Amino acid sequence: MIGYLLRRLRDAIPILLGVNLLTFVLFFVVNTPDDMARMHLGTKHVTEQAIKQWKVEHGYDLPLFYNATQSNVAALTETVFFNKSLRMFALDFGASDDGRDIAHEIKTRAGPSLAIALPVFVLGLLVNVSFALMMVFFRATYLDRLGVVLSVILMSISGLFYIIAGQFLLAKLWRWLPISGFAPGIDAWRFVLLPVLISVVGGLGSGTRWYRSIFLEEIAKTMSALHEPRACQSRAYYFAMCCRMA
Amino acid sequence: MPMMRIFLLLVLLLSGCEHTVWNSPYPAGVSRANILYSSFEERPKHLDPALSYSSNETEIISQIYEPPLQYHYLKRPYTLIPQTLTAMPSVRYLDAAGKVLSNDAPAQNIAQSVYELHLRPGIYYQPHPAFARTASGQLRYANLKAKDWEHIAAWRDFKQMGTRELVAADYVYQIKRLASPQLNSPIFGVMAGYIVGLQDYNRMLTQQLQLLPAGAYLDLTRYPLSGVELVDRYTYRIHLHGKYPQFSYWLAMPFFAPIPPEVDEFYGQPGMTTHNFTLDWHPVGTGPYQLTVNDPNQQMVLARNPNYHGEAYPREGDAGDAAAGLLRDAGKAMPFIDAEVFSLEKESIPYWNKFLQGYYDLSGISSDSFDQAVQINAQGEPELTDAMRAQGMSLVTAVTASNRYMGFNMQDSVVGGLSDRARKLRQAIAIAVDYEEFIAIFANGRGIPAQGPIPPGIFGYQDGLAGMNPVVYQNVNGKITRRPIADAQRLLVEAGYPNGRDAKTGAPLVLYFDTAASGPDAKARLDWMVKQFAKLNIQLVIRGTDYNRFQDKMRRGNAQIFEWGWNADYPDPENFLFLLYGANSKVGHNGENAANYQNPDFDALFDEMKYLDNTPARQVIINQMLAVVREDSPWLFGYFPKAFSLRQAWVAPTKPNVIANNTLKYRKIDPELRHQLREQWNQPVLMPFIWLILVMVVLIWPAVWAWRRHERSAAK
Repeated sequence: MIGYLLRRLRDAIPILLGVNLLTFVLFFVVNTPDDMARMHLGTKHVTEQAIKQWKVEHGYDLPLFYNATQSNVAALTETVFFNKSLRMFALDFGASDDGRDIAHEIKTRAGPSLAIALPVFVLGLLVNVSFALMMVFFRATYLDRLGVVLSVILMSISGLFYIIAGQFLLAKLWRWLPISGFAPGIDAWRFVLLPVLISVVGGLGSGTRWYRSIFLEEIAKTMSALHEPRACQSRAYYFAMCCRMA
Repeated sequence: MPMMRIFLLLVLLLSGCEHTVWNSPYPAGVSRANILYSSFEERPKHLDPALSYSSNETEIISQIYEPPLQYHYLKRPYTLIPQTLTAMPSVRYLDAAGKVLSNDAPAQNIAQSVYELHLRPGIYYQPHPAFARTASGQLRYANLKAKDWEHIAAWRDFKQMGTRELVAADYVYQIKRLASPQLNSPIFGVMAGYIVGLQDYNRMLTQQLQLLPAGAYLDLTRYPLSGVELVDRYTYRIHLHGKYPQFSYWLAMPFFAPIPPEVDEFYGQPGMTTHNFTLDWHPVGTGPYQLTVNDPNQQMVLARNPNYHGEAYPREGDAGDAAAGLLRDAGKAMPFIDAEVFSLEKESIPYWNKFLQGYYDLSGISSDSFDQAVQINAQGEPELTDAMRAQGMSLVTAVTASNRYMGFNMQDSVVGGLSDRARKLRQAIAIAVDYEEFIAIFANGRGIPAQGPIPPGIFGYQDGLAGMNPVVYQNVNGKITRRPIADAQRLLVEAGYPNGRDAKTGAPLVLYFDTAASGPDAKARLDWMVKQFAKLNIQLVIRGTDYNRFQDKMRRGNAQIFEWGWNADYPDPENFLFLLYGANSKVGHNGENAANYQNPDFDALFDEMKYLDNTPARQVIINQMLAVVREDSPWLFGYFPKAFSLRQAWVAPTKPNVIANNTLKYRKIDPELRHQLREQWNQPVLMPFIWLILVMVVLIWPAVWAWRRHERSAAK
């Protein structure tokens, strides 16, 4: 297992390097720092001098890969590639174009993202598994068939639709929750609930079907392994087995 | 039933909060507060007055920083009045020998203009840690050591605040900052041409910086700037090359707001930027508001500046202002509103819906919601729909101080140049492209067709037939009407392209439209444009490209036909006519004349016009200029966009102002009425919840019942 992990880690290095190089080429060779400066300086009264100063101030006036004016190691480190691209491996992301520290941004934004992602994961798992269990439990009754049909219908609706419909019904028509926004602390739940509900409902179709198939397959395996005569199957035993697997 | 219990619990939980409504996006307890709510779509990049030039940035910093001048809130045409000065700046003209000239001296004799500005004493800055002093009078946070930083992680860790009186040296300091290579102000290029010594100052600072390690703090107070002199504590003078009457307008922009040197010193300390403590994020001003919260991922809050010097609401306005209720607060102390909260709102649909629920006070109208909000009545005037009127909203419309035009690259071999052939081709196209239809289809009627480059509200614009462009329009029974397509076809024949084919070679005329626009909206617009050219049998080929390439093409003069626009810096015709001035062309001069238009007659008139005051003589020259440029048709003048906005019942009427941005102080709301209407509009609808549970029960019950019966029979 450890060997496998190490191997995966080793394989990740060239991939990261490649991605790094590729994005560098896209950002600095296809679009030159001059273009970047123009984008940032806006459209009014932009002079060549302003562009030059912007590049100097942001460190884009250096050569891309090799700095012939420097000697030894500095020839490689005093370059745009080293300063802007390679440094990211040391988790040094630098500052964004509006002067904010990017690492700090990632830190502050992770909280609200997790506040939605974690409940979606936990609640989604809970709901999907219970629905799947219920369908398996009532296998071959109208509930099972209805569930499958509903799941297929839910799966064939685009995710965007859930967002719009959720906002429209819950927030606009029925006025249960705020349409958008966020608040730190306890009050956050009012804002988190809507996206969580939408994500859970949006993932319901595929999730339920997925777990239902797994359960059915596993049950079939266990059944045949036990060589249990079919007559002995009671619903209670079946239920217990379903629960154990869940 | 457990379900019912959960439901009751939920109701209890929700009503347990102070809200009687559930969907309020704001915390409990502020529902009656005197707060204006609005939003921002994108985080403003710069709040440093030397850098900020975008409308979403000036909207915020104009409430914080006070440049020496401001626009009168009610008077039209736009009139400058002092903001922090005792009177309007006095101007003296000097000749090359330094001798004072009379005020009506011809412009070519004037070597320098000297503006003298005198501040009002007793104006103080907002509370800020940069001003905090220790008991012994030293700046408390000026020399932070590593061990000080152990106690400072967030802005609130600066426990001590201070203030200081506004002095003329702060204004001088900011003008120096415009030249700083560390800041790279967007107006440095323009100002270096006018303010004496600014160009050299920049060069000198660049040399000084090379001696310092990268990112080091450069104390500008140590380097004098020759063109700006400090006379006394409250007085300073600015020297300009030649005569430049439009300079007064720049003095009303945040670029010329005061910055205290100790603030720059404070932010210049090592460790500040890594904590996101920069002037870009924590502005320091003397204005009515201060930025107390700046979390660009969520919210920004402008709250009252406790040290604000105070200003009275204007006592006089234009005719009709009193009837419109705009003078109700005459003479009262501003500002009226305690705070403005900007919430991050990236999408227009949630903004619009929250506005309808009463959680935003003002709203623009996107094309998605246009039909819901506005209808065009029998007279062709826009008015609110019944649903909007039932909510007590009002519609405010204003023609913006900007234009959207289609330009020809005048250096192009087919459409460019001043030859008769090319001119007639352009005139024909100008008639064929029906901007009335464009406005109706693509702007929901929000715009007026342009007769020239100068929008209404700016001196030089003339209303009605006097301002008609006779090349494209004609007078039909006193109404301005677009010329028929037959006129365009006739011009095309005269240009040597009968029926869209070159008379000599017989080859079809193919023109190229360069654009960076993409997406379905742009596609519809471009298709429409192709159809307009097809009226003359001209094939228009769309050359789509990305924004960078497009800019590059424009700079090199490789484009043929393009769309462009301009938002006014200041309300003077010079700011629009210079877009056609030869020495300002994009190719070669890197200026704003995107069409690279150059006509000696026009240029000579421009040189004369720019020095004049707004007199009838100036109007005569402007009319001559318009005649020249209409005949040459380097642009299809396109249209002037009209801004529509909606105001809730509880927001006091305001006068639309398309030039000034420091307008928050004039705003007033009725929080009690807002609270009542919000409650009325947002009562939750509970029936669907009960239905949802009922449906679930009905679905599951038979199965559970069947299973129970089965279990019971199995147990027996």
